[in-house]
Amino acid sequence: MGSIAKIIAQRLALGVLTLLIVSFVIFVSVNALPGDFAQAIMGQGATEEAVTAMRKDLGLDQPYFQRYFSWLGNIITGDLGISFAQMNFASNLGGDQLISVADQIYPRFINTMWLAGFAALIAVPLSLTIGVLAALYRNSMFDRIANIGALTSISSPEFFIAYILVLFLAVLNPVFLPVAEVTPGITLGERLYFLALPALTLTLVVTAHMMRMTRASIINLLASPYIEMARLKGVSPMRVIVKHALPNALAPIINVIALNLAYLITGVVVVEVVFTYPGIGQLFVDSVINRDIPVIQACVMIFASAYILLNLTADILTILSNPKLRHPK
Amino acid sequence: MAEQLLKVRGLKLEGLSGETWTPIVNGVSFDLKKGEVLGLIGESGAGKSTVGLAAMGFTRDGCRISDGEVEFDGIDLVNASAAVKRSLLGKRIAYVAQSAAASFNPAHKLIDQHSEAPVQHGVSSKSESEADGMELYRRLRLPDPDNIGFRFPHQVSGGQLQRAMTAMAMACRPDLIIFDEPTTALDVTTQIEVLASIRDIVEQFDTAAIYITHDLAVVAQMADKIKVLLKGDEVEESDTRTMLSNPQEDYTKSLWAVRSFERPKKPAVNTGATPIVSIKNVTAAYGTVPVLEEVSFDIHEGRTVAVVGESGSGKSTTARCITGLLPPKIGHIEFDGQALPLDYRRRSKDQLRQAQMIYQMADTALNPRKSIGEIIGRPVQFYSGKTGSEKRRRVEELLEQIELDPGQYINRLPSELSGGQKQRIGIARALAADPKFIICDEVTSALDQLVAEGILKLLANLQDTLGLSYMFITHDLATVKAISDEVVVMKDGRVVEQGPKDEMFQPPHHPYTDLLLSSVPEMDPDWLTTLLDQRGVDNIGDAAVNKMA
Repeated sequence: MGSIAKIIAQRLALGVLTLLIVSFVIFVSVNALPGDFAQAIMGQGATEEAVTAMRKDLGLDQPYFQRYFSWLGNIITGDLGISFAQMNFASNLGGDQLISVADQIYPRFINTMWLAGFAALIAVPLSLTIGVLAALYRNSMFDRIANIGALTSISSPEFFIAYILVLFLAVLNPVFLPVAEVTPGITLGERLYFLALPALTLTLVVTAHMMRMTRASIINLLASPYIEMARLKGVSPMRVIVKHALPNALAPIINVIALNLAYLITGVVVVEVVFTYPGIGQLFVDSVINRDIPVIQACVMIFASAYILLNLTADILTILSNPKLRHPK
Repeated sequence: MAEQLLKVRGLKLEGLSGETWTPIVNGVSFDLKKGEVLGLIGESGAGKSTVGLAAMGFTRDGCRISDGEVEFDGIDLVNASAAVKRSLLGKRIAYVAQSAAASFNPAHKLIDQHSEAPVQHGVSSKSESEADGMELYRRLRLPDPDNIGFRFPHQVSGGQLQRAMTAMAMACRPDLIIFDEPTTALDVTTQIEVLASIRDIVEQFDTAAIYITHDLAVVAQMADKIKVLLKGDEVEESDTRTMLSNPQEDYTKSLWAVRSFERPKKPAVNTGATPIVSIKNVTAAYGTVPVLEEVSFDIHEGRTVAVVGESGSGKSTTARCITGLLPPKIGHIEFDGQALPLDYRRRSKDQLRQAQMIYQMADTALNPRKSIGEIIGRPVQFYSGKTGSEKRRRVEELLEQIELDPGQYINRLPSELSGGQKQRIGIARALAADPKFIICDEVTSALDQLVAEGILKLLANLQDTLGLSYMFITHDLATVKAISDEVVVMKDGRVVEQGPKDEMFQPPHHPYTDLLLSSVPEMDPDWLTTLLDQRGVDNIGDAAVNKMA
């Protein structure tokens, strides 16, 4: 077991290092965005002094690296900073109540995780099942329909799928709601009801990858001598696939699942907009428009962490799915 | 008169090549009674495995039974439904594959794979079949039979896996087992144990078997009767002793005669002559894992030194040290009396030119996208600087040396050649550098015996005409007998014995050499029994039965 612990520790260290590099790249590129927040807020007519004072308030006058390290240090202690835009509102309204980035992101992040989790809960089992069945009945009618369906849904733009679903399941047959305006304090049942259509849309978007990878990696193994052996032992076709092929096909499947889960967390802004769902994607787009640097940086860090964490998990599961590593000689 | 079990009549099979079905087996017939063992022999492409699988009612993808009957205990397997066949496979008909390492599922423990067939067929419960599995492991003399089943395939050695697979085939006590080259991938010393185990357990349970192999000496130990196949056609069939003592057909006789090739003895090397290659006290390791310990031997001009030993003994690593691919930790390599840089990157072009290699797998050693002319032409240009028509002339000359017609072969791709022809191209590529010394790494072990003999004869002729020296890595002692002048025996990274061939094949020798030599199967059908008696191993099965009682 020693070697596995070592490999996992290595992967973890590598993940942390990647995150560090990503944080630097984010900082550099966000600061390289054209335009200056202070100038933009104060307007064209602002005096040089006023803009400078604003910059000083926001800490933008400090040297580059100092700003990077203080930002990084704050992140590590859990402080994502103060939203520029909210700070401005607060000062305009005369209040001195500052809204932190964390306060702004937290409810949005929870919403995003709900949607991603719900969609994943439908999509992952569904695509594994269809993938296994397509491999079992390969080249049959079922296989072809599954493949054509998957390709169609993956080739259509998300908003198109979303509006089609709204048309059929909310407008013509009012089964679900066309908007997903969740409010704090709703019950689990209500939340799932609200989320049905966006989750369904995302399911259609991500199922194809996972299902086709499941099918392909299983079929890849069907020519192996141990599959022939299983057949020659009189094992049923379903059992050959599930018991003999699937455990050896896990590595690529796990990795594709991880990529799709990461997409569900980070790439769903279009679906959020269509269903007016207050997720993190919308917040991100808004903050870019507002040049709200702390929020942008925090969002991108969250996206990067999601990718790194999910890929790390996939890596570790891949290692664990390999009996040679799990049970060394 | 024992009961009839399997009846095969006029069995024809076709394989899909491109778009069309082409015949691969053209009518094979045989009978098998309960408890009888039939040996199916022939070269690769003879259709042995295809016939063996068809006898189970099974065909691989891209293969089909086009005509004929297969009747197992009154059941027509050609027309039986998939469900009927499934109910027989694993339960009444079982299969033992060539490579146990590839045929055990890497994801499951041995005992789980063992009990799968009995549980799925409803023959016994999981715990019953596990207990039975341990008993079979014990009878097959696997070490630690109560626990070995709980290991994964990669944690068990090749010979042990092959026995575990035989145990798995026995799990439902089938009436018929197909053994498809079960010992081909094993070392000779391991092969003996597996052969003895298989033979005993088949006898004990009175199981009928089809034993497929290309090794005549092996089949002689195992089979009651032998059937010879050639390119999908039956050649002849008779009981084992008759077949060995009195083969009727020319083809069978030629198979029997292959092992008789032997080079005439060469005069002794002058004492004091500088060897062409001298390996001096070489110790090498992969990382921190030591693989060679103080290996020393010389190879003289125009001589062949055979390096023999089981897999893992360090034969190929020695070759890697000589070629500089793996610089030794201690010791050095001398060429013609001069020390070579240990790392190939620090050797001059001329030093590199002098030593060439021919590989075991001609298939993978040739670039599939280059024509034969390009494959041989590249080293010609690299080492001699020849281009254009000069280069082409040299390539043609080389093709003539390896007895392939240049006009016919120079523009072909490797995929358009047979296995033996590919190996000849490997030889020509080595010759293209105009070397003095060639390392042949198991060059004939992937080839059929007749083809291998052709390659050995070619190498011998080239040695005589060009004055080449060979280091011949092999685990096949028949090859050693045929071609070598001197023999180096290796075990666990050390040289255990070395000397002229004649001395090595005469007693007394090192106990390990003795074990190696005596483990090579001989054509005598009583060889295995006699050998086991000599080694003081009582009948394995009986021993196990006595222990149980």
